[in-house]
Amino acid sequence: MDPLILPPVPGLAAIDVYEAHGGYQMLRKAIGMKPEEVTDEVKKSGLRGRGGACFPTGLKWTFMPKQTTKPKYLCVNGDESEPGTFKDRQIFEFNPHLLIEGSIIAAYAMGVGTIYLYVRGEYNRWIGMVQKALDDAASRGYWGENVLGSGFNVSFTIHRGAGAYICGEESSLMNSIEGQRGYPRVKPPFPAQFGVWGCPTTINNVETIANVPVILRLGWEAYGKIGHPKHPGPILVGVSGHVNTPGVFELPTGVLLTDIIYKYAGGVPGNKKIKAVIPGGSSTMILRGEAIDGVTMDAEGLKAAGSSVGTAGMIVMDEDTDLVRVLTRIAGFYHHESCGQCTPCREGTGWMHKILRRFDEGEATMADMDLLLEIANNIEGNTICALGDAAAWPVQSMIKRFPEEFRKKVKTQAA
Amino acid sequence: MFSESSLKKIEALKTRYPTPQAVVLAALWMWQEEHGWVSREGMGEVARVLAIPVHHVYGVVSFYTMFNRAPVGRHKIEVCTNVSCMLRNSDRILSHIRERLGIGVGETTADGRFTLVEAECLGSCGTAPMMQVGDEYYENLDEAGVDRILAALK
Repeated sequence: MDPLILPPVPGLAAIDVYEAHGGYQMLRKAIGMKPEEVTDEVKKSGLRGRGGACFPTGLKWTFMPKQTTKPKYLCVNGDESEPGTFKDRQIFEFNPHLLIEGSIIAAYAMGVGTIYLYVRGEYNRWIGMVQKALDDAASRGYWGENVLGSGFNVSFTIHRGAGAYICGEESSLMNSIEGQRGYPRVKPPFPAQFGVWGCPTTINNVETIANVPVILRLGWEAYGKIGHPKHPGPILVGVSGHVNTPGVFELPTGVLLTDIIYKYAGGVPGNKKIKAVIPGGSSTMILRGEAIDGVTMDAEGLKAAGSSVGTAGMIVMDEDTDLVRVLTRIAGFYHHESCGQCTPCREGTGWMHKILRRFDEGEATMADMDLLLEIANNIEGNTICALGDAAAWPVQSMIKRFPEEFRKKVKTQAA
Repeated sequence: MFSESSLKKIEALKTRYPTPQAVVLAALWMWQEEHGWVSREGMGEVARVLAIPVHHVYGVVSFYTMFNRAPVGRHKIEVCTNVSCMLRNSDRILSHIRERLGIGVGETTADGRFTLVEAECLGSCGTAPMMQVGDEYYENLDEAGVDRILAALK
């Protein structure tokens, strides 16, 4: 598959180059269509969100009310903070106009007058790049008043975060845009009914939005034939950890995990065996190295394997990796990032981290394994947002799939 | 006090949102860029220009980790130690910097040149290990590379 999101065109981030390669033609095409026809095209393409939840994008767009007196908003989520994830950054740097074009098309389809692109505070360099692209796009009439003479008006503002993983959670992101602490909101009401300032709002991930012009260009039928039929399209797979050539690879969904590791990421240094793979960012359930044969990178394939696609940020660990240490670090992350609203998450993430440190220091007993699992089970499903689940899943899956790693720590170091 | 140019930017940003409160993060960023950290005075000024209560600004500042609530060194070094970096020996990078600067994590050198902190995942997993200094990302680090970078940061 030729790359569609990150084509290897030198200087594509410059508006002239982007236009010379057909850039903004899909915006022209879209505003020649009825808004609902654009939504329908995205719906039929089968595009599913690339931010972690794999929710059907076109369906999400249809949740926006057609008849409303309130202003409507599109928030593009570029908070990218899930450990192991570094794909949206590539879009900001190498193809910002695709993101901008997709955002404007999405706004047109939903009758949105205001777009906010939320970018994590640490990405200030990339914010500068996207802001430049945004200014250039405005100067050519692609957004602002009366887009390309169509009568459609849309404003576009980058909203810089300030260091909070939780702001990638959609309701927390909305609170952050409103200038509040980034606390997740209780749902329902859902954003399409009650979003920013209580107005209809859709939140889509950066990579999801970048797929929109591609769908219009190829047509929904051709797009739907790329990769896995139930989760089609190109996907940006980030590979990190113990591989020879880590990086982001644009591949069709449905690609084998083993192909990602050995064909694209150059295999494991020293030809060591793979002990474990985290397939889609630190919150997705860990897989045993010997269990990844035949598993594919798509919602169906990873569900069957007992995990999920998440952000497609794969972390590969070789046979010498101390998985309890890895889990201790992950638990420390969720403890640090818990916003503190819900007791199970606020307290539980700290307890899990504490117990895991006990394992790491050789002070744990076998009873600590049961305790750890009990805490994780009591967090899962009992919190306002998914951070609680994200903290519980790595612990649950590690205990279930790698019990020997914990036993080893207790026995060898206590002896 | 805010500079004239920041005040202008704040006024322009206010037109992009239905409420001035939405500009609080941007205003705090501008204050921090001008003063290095967000003092009580800074929070008061942000509250004043946005016409929002100062306790709200304090609540925001204390929620987001990137706002410095105390003075920091001229260069704030943030070493990512999350999983992908950890698997590629970020521990070694961190302890090397600690030794070189003679300070611990969370501390500032006596000459006020460097502050050292540990960071959560900065989205640089494919180029691990890494550190951020100011807006700049330094990637694929090794000890010799760290020494060169530190020497260049005056």
